[in-house]
Amino acid sequence: MSIIVSHLTFAYTQGGKRLEPTLKDLTFTIEEGSFLGIIGHTGCGKSTFAKHLNGLLFGEKGAVTVDGHDVSQKSERKKVRELVGMVFQYPEYQLFAETVFDDVAFGPRNMKLEPEEVKTRVTEAMQLVGLDPERFSSRSPFDLSGGERRRAAIAGVLAMRPKYLVLDEPMAGLDPIGRREILTLLEKLRSESGCTIIMISHSMDDIANHATKVLVLEQGSAFLLDTPQEVFSHADELQQIGLSVPSITKLCIEMNRRGIDIPRTICTEQAFMDWIREVKRNA
Amino acid sequence: MRDITLGQFVAGNSVIHKLDPRTKIAMMILYIAMTFLVKRIYFMAIPFAYLVLELILSGISLRYIVNSLKPIRILLIFMFILNLFFTSGENVWLDLGFWKLTGEAVLQSCFISIRIILLVAGASMLTLTTSPIALTDGIEKLLAPLKIFRFPAHELAMMMTIALRFVPTLMDESDKIRNAQMSRGADFESGNIFKRVKSMIPILIPLFVSSFRKADELAIAMESRCYHGGEGRTRMKQLKFRKEDLFAILITLLFMASLIVLLIVLK
Repeated sequence: MSIIVSHLTFAYTQGGKRLEPTLKDLTFTIEEGSFLGIIGHTGCGKSTFAKHLNGLLFGEKGAVTVDGHDVSQKSERKKVRELVGMVFQYPEYQLFAETVFDDVAFGPRNMKLEPEEVKTRVTEAMQLVGLDPERFSSRSPFDLSGGERRRAAIAGVLAMRPKYLVLDEPMAGLDPIGRREILTLLEKLRSESGCTIIMISHSMDDIANHATKVLVLEQGSAFLLDTPQEVFSHADELQQIGLSVPSITKLCIEMNRRGIDIPRTICTEQAFMDWIREVKRNA
Repeated sequence: MRDITLGQFVAGNSVIHKLDPRTKIAMMILYIAMTFLVKRIYFMAIPFAYLVLELILSGISLRYIVNSLKPIRILLIFMFILNLFFTSGENVWLDLGFWKLTGEAVLQSCFISIRIILLVAGASMLTLTTSPIALTDGIEKLLAPLKIFRFPAHELAMMMTIALRFVPTLMDESDKIRNAQMSRGADFESGNIFKRVKSMIPILIPLFVSSFRKADELAIAMESRCYHGGEGRTRMKQLKFRKEDLFAILITLLFMASLIVLLIVLK
């Protein structure tokens, strides 16, 4: 089972007029259990694409199917939205309930689950994001700190136990500790519950460290779609469309320039360390 | 939700665009008075001619006017039918026993509809050709004499400017929140009216919270740039009453006068 995107084309309309397509003929498959990082310049269609994954938008041409459910079908949409969890930019702005518990329970309740089951899921989701259910359940979401609020909002999505989790710049505006916590949470979700992660981010380092595949969008088309190592070895092309590469890759390029023979596919600290060990052993 | 034309401004360089906002407000008040002075359907030709003249001079596409009428179509139909039912007359066209369709009723319905259309179209002519900032500046200046009665003209104008400026922002925001709640399985489209109103709560509360936050942030931003009300505040764009403005007022008064003469002569 997977998310299959085939020939997806989408254009916004303004004042009855069709604008230049935001997404142009996208075709690829998001494998179950993978971590897809989406990068691209502002306005390249990243967020628009994300909205296609659970039927908030659907293309005029082409289709997106999630585990065989066509997202453009109204009858399938409820199922699709249970399968695909969506964390938008600044998700803390969607909090509305009187208590954190009620807010996190909004999704499960919309799924018409039994109260007992709702409670289990809320507790589980709050523990996952690191909010102690006993301390936080009855507090107002508006009394929490910024980082806690964001985690409460993410818990609200996780409580639906999505099989696919789409995150649109989940770390925007967080401090380094907050960023690391979110990334650790995503890794945990992927390894423990086999959740597929689709993350939009501007941080090339985070993408290089966590993604198993990277999609580069440029003006609505898939510019590159490959493993991070492969994608980031195309540093020149990425720079041409206004994107940067991970800091380790930058270091490698600089070392290359100064005559040190280091493969261009190294884009994480781990890979870099491995390479150094390898060189040392051979010396 | 995105295609709201009411209160939309279309930038342009026409004679009408260049008029002082105070002139345009005065013109609109006179125009509204004209539509209310008219008591018979064929006299509507005069305010109509005035509107057409303004439209041609402003170079605004007719499409915008038609769009501005879209939101009131329900009201129009409702008023039309209501007048068909509640106008009595002798000239019976159709008799259904409990209700008679009379020629007078049809005429009255058309008359009321035309009046509403002309009113809305005229008001949108004002907002289509005047930027919100210029409009509030004009209102502030027109209300300024009331300051001696401690009427807060500047504050009122500032509030209007801010409110108008935040309309698109809040629309955007409500779209985002709606998407987020729909992703969590919220359903805004089914159920009876009470259920639907209740389903709006998860949108309204975050929207209110963010409005308060934005208001706070804006207040701080304004104060840190030394804003302290209207007193002693100067403007980058000074309003000037020019020859063209006088001319526009005179033309409007001419229309008004001819209407009044017609009304008296053809009683």
